[in-house]
Amino acid sequence: MQHLLSAGDLTHEEAVLVLDTAAHLAAATDRSVKKLPTLRGRTVVNLFFEDSTRTRISFELAAKRLSADVINFAAKGSSVSKGESLKDTALTLEAMGADAVVIRHGASGAPHRLATSGWIQAPVINAGDGTHEHPTQALLDAFTLRRHLREGVGDLTGVRVAIVGDILHSRVARSNVLLLRTLGADVTLIAPPTLMPFGVESWPCHTSYDIDAVLPNVDAVMMLRVQAERMQAAYFPSVLEYSRLYGLDSARMNLLPEHAIVMHPGPMNRGMEISADVADSPRSVMVEQVANGVSVRMAVMYLLLGGAKEDI
Amino acid sequence: MDSRARVVLDDADIGRAIRRIAHEIVEKARGSSSLILLGIPTRGVALAERIARAIESIEGSSVPVGSLDITLYRDDLRLRPARALETTSIPPGGIDGKVVVLVDDVLFSGRTVRAALDALNDLGRPASVRLAVLVDRGHRELPIRPDYVGKNLPTSVEEQVRVEVTEVDGVDRVAILEGA
Repeated sequence: MQHLLSAGDLTHEEAVLVLDTAAHLAAATDRSVKKLPTLRGRTVVNLFFEDSTRTRISFELAAKRLSADVINFAAKGSSVSKGESLKDTALTLEAMGADAVVIRHGASGAPHRLATSGWIQAPVINAGDGTHEHPTQALLDAFTLRRHLREGVGDLTGVRVAIVGDILHSRVARSNVLLLRTLGADVTLIAPPTLMPFGVESWPCHTSYDIDAVLPNVDAVMMLRVQAERMQAAYFPSVLEYSRLYGLDSARMNLLPEHAIVMHPGPMNRGMEISADVADSPRSVMVEQVANGVSVRMAVMYLLLGGAKEDI
Repeated sequence: MDSRARVVLDDADIGRAIRRIAHEIVEKARGSSSLILLGIPTRGVALAERIARAIESIEGSSVPVGSLDITLYRDDLRLRPARALETTSIPPGGIDGKVVVLVDDVLFSGRTVRAALDALNDLGRPASVRLAVLVDRGHRELPIRPDYVGKNLPTSVEEQVRVEVTEVDGVDRVAILEGA
């Protein structure tokens, strides 16, 4: 593993190693001195071309807990708004000696371009690219699932997960389908036909248009935000109709088996894909997902940066 | 085990060494009330648990045992690919004000112990820290010395010392492997 570009690049063994490492790191930072000296003297650049609160802060905190120096680079207020290209930005970061680049970009494939173009030598971590992938989100979701449903060890063999909502625009769904499949879970995507991606039948998962039929048979349900900012057309007649047909309210939540958990990658629109009482219910693990995000990102940075440059 | 391995301690020798170390620890600490044993994974943890059992049979009261993974504190991380981490578990009550005895299988360069001291520093402030090892083979690269030693084993740098314990390897044995 030299970069983390796609959740699909991880083998079963590598994915479990990331989760195990994250578990150890979570324990190591659950104490009064939360900092570890492991990445002292290394510089991690957060290159964010798209708005983000929790992912950027999570990566920043993860890097700082491992004692790396962090440079935050937001496209707004930088030379990018003066027309600088990704290539020239990358060459600048390389010249300044970045040891790893965490990139979020609106264009699908931008992290891959950065990693393979030869512009920079440092490992590249994809923090979300367009509607393509968001591998660290999938890792933190897998970590959360494993904690609740598999007592924090091994993989996710036999765990049934429903992912509901705007699949079409969701990089979280794509990364989760790939990673959860690798870990042995059984994923069902649920969305209105207009929000189901073209070619979804070739993905390693099931699909359904009927949320009420699926919920009684899952161990976890992951609600996705409707990404209005990526929608150039009308994908459903009204917010109220979407909410009635695909939103998770307490009546629907009661269809879930007793042990099932409710997840959301955030940011959520209360009242749209998830009702406020579900979001605040004890079955919802969203706050824990945020905490697990820091541990998983520490694990990824440790595994990519913690050892010798060659043979990682 | 290959033919060039020479067994220097068998299971009976290891048992005697552990009992002696347990007596020495209790004697120096004047009892076992403030003691904590922390093993360094993997084999140090098994040895720490055995020493704790020996102390319990001497003193009649149990001693808290934990494990301390030092991987994240190593000074040679950049020389090798990233390693998988091991478990760190500190007994409830923490290490503040306690007499911490670090337990490892082999003392060689002293760098592992240096890393362990750094790790302890982030966990709390023990009253004192002591070091118990099953084998001291010399060749220190740092000013660190053990307080309790199972066996001093002068070796050349080319030789390897292999410690095996039943909990991990299925057998109790210490052997010297000639330089490969």
